[in-house]
Amino acid sequence: MPDETLLELRDVTLRFGGVTALDGVGFEIRRGEILGLIGPNGAGKTTCFNVMTGVYQPTAGAVYFEGAKLGRRKRYKITQLGIARTFQNIRLFPEMTALENVMVGADARHRTSVVSALLRLPRHRREEREGRAAGLELLRMVGIEHRAGEAARNLPYGDQRRLEIARALATGPTLLCLDEPAAGFNPAEKERLLALIRHIRDQGYTVLLIEHDMRLVMGVTDRIVVLEFGRKIAEGTPAEIRDNPAVIAAYLGVPEDAARAE
Amino acid sequence: MSTVTDRLRGLDARRVELVSLPRQWWGSLPTPARWVVLVVLAALLVALPVLNPPLLSTPDSDFPTVLFIVGVYCIAALGLNIVVGLAGLLDLGYVGFYAVGAYSVAVFGSPSSALATHFPWLVCIPIAIALSMVAGVLLGSPTLRLRGDYLAIVTLGFGEIVRLTALNSSKLGGAAGITEVPAPPGHHADGSPVFGVLDAKPYYWLALVVIFLIVIASRNLERSRVGRAWLAIREDEDAAELMGVPTFKFKLWAFAMGAAVGGLAGAVFAGQQGFINPESFQIQLSILFLAAVVVGGAGNRLGVVVGAVLVAYLPERFRALAEYRILVFGLALLLMSVFRPQGLLPSKRREVELAVRREAVDA
Repeated sequence: MPDETLLELRDVTLRFGGVTALDGVGFEIRRGEILGLIGPNGAGKTTCFNVMTGVYQPTAGAVYFEGAKLGRRKRYKITQLGIARTFQNIRLFPEMTALENVMVGADARHRTSVVSALLRLPRHRREEREGRAAGLELLRMVGIEHRAGEAARNLPYGDQRRLEIARALATGPTLLCLDEPAAGFNPAEKERLLALIRHIRDQGYTVLLIEHDMRLVMGVTDRIVVLEFGRKIAEGTPAEIRDNPAVIAAYLGVPEDAARAE
Repeated sequence: MSTVTDRLRGLDARRVELVSLPRQWWGSLPTPARWVVLVVLAALLVALPVLNPPLLSTPDSDFPTVLFIVGVYCIAALGLNIVVGLAGLLDLGYVGFYAVGAYSVAVFGSPSSALATHFPWLVCIPIAIALSMVAGVLLGSPTLRLRGDYLAIVTLGFGEIVRLTALNSSKLGGAAGITEVPAPPGHHADGSPVFGVLDAKPYYWLALVVIFLIVIASRNLERSRVGRAWLAIREDEDAAELMGVPTFKFKLWAFAMGAAVGGLAGAVFAGQQGFINPESFQIQLSILFLAAVVVGGAGNRLGVVVGAVLVAYLPERFRALAEYRILVFGLALLLMSVFRPQGLLPSKRREVELAVRREAVDA
């Protein structure tokens, strides 16, 4: 079970005109693990997310989720399939309350039609109850239950990031993709976020984590994939990645004499 | 320096206080008292054309007729609110659906129309609603892939196309229009029709009933998966899609529901008028409906109704002003979008925000 592949990028290449954003990237995410996706700015991490969630179609290669090719599925269908994400720059629904934000996520699994909403048929009332309960439960899990009735735009920055995670979880995903969830956090907040990510994994979700903070990545992930300039340059356990010369070079640059020796 | 900011903050706090005062009062009432207030208000609304109160009454035109027209504006504004206020889709051709509704009743109901089916009013109304919805879906399915300004331009064109089609088609009566549009059924004891030509009061009461039904319907939609999807699309369409909202489907539904209500408004209007021609469906009407929604408070049903009352009633009450109505409401629209984009009566969400700020001021 732990080694079962949940999602696989197979030789994914993505070009925008003359720019190659991803160049033959291939890696897999295993069920139940926390996979870190790291790399310097502009390495193609968020682009990877966008390919996996259907925002972009790969120029070549393909993404497989639970053995099936994502292909040209609509973005909302991919979400309903079980891939949920957060955004690097927070994209909540600002005028809606925290609870409503999460309930939009929960609605991804609901079937209430316009007619049953109009006439308040049993299905509408049942799903409304369920969505509300599930939403409150998730808000409690990420620790912002007391803000359920507040407009998302009024939440403090950290709570907005937590709300994004709750909203993504509400869609009922198998795979949760977090795009720099700790951006702008102080060390204490990062610590709490780490605990939350571990807790989420223990609930049975698989987590893909983009993160800049090396300590955070090393502390929480099972495996790490490193991208640079749209290519995968390394893959392995945190310990392997820490000692990998290519990764050190990518992050710190190559010492001058070593570069000359090559 | 700090005294100035303190004073400003104090002023703002007082403003926040004032805005939320009615709602606070409402919230503090026990449920039976609320019912009493509602029943009294409803009774006043129903009795309005009979009471003919001196200050409210319109000296230059028949008061019940004015009230009826105000009611029609309310229906249309409530429908447009679904499209603009909830789903955030700027529709500048809403009068097109209003016209489709009105012409449906005329074409299917009037003995002098090209079809001459001579259906009674009660049969024509569902037809009008259905055809308006079809028009909404037909317009929406190609154009809802467009966003913002582009959608506004295309819908603007649609409104004009409907009017010009009516104007240039002899089957639709051309410039002369269609006469003998059927009225709602019902007779007094003496055999005279309830919905007659001389007395507009029954039409006003009919409009009230329709408004009531639409308020309930749109409230049900708003507090459901559908309403949340619309709001999410308004707030951030891409994020909504990535959270599993089938955005195109729900945008199309918003268009269809808005069109249905707009068509119903047109159908009710046509029945009272007895005859219609393209003159009644000028582009200005789209702008006035939009003004009602924006001035009143997009997304808030009560606000939209208040907006519609202002837009429809003021020019009738102050006839000297009527000629300048487009100018005045255009200006109001501009000023509102600059200084008070949330409208006169902000939606509940906006209210939440104000309440939070009040807490912050108190602290």
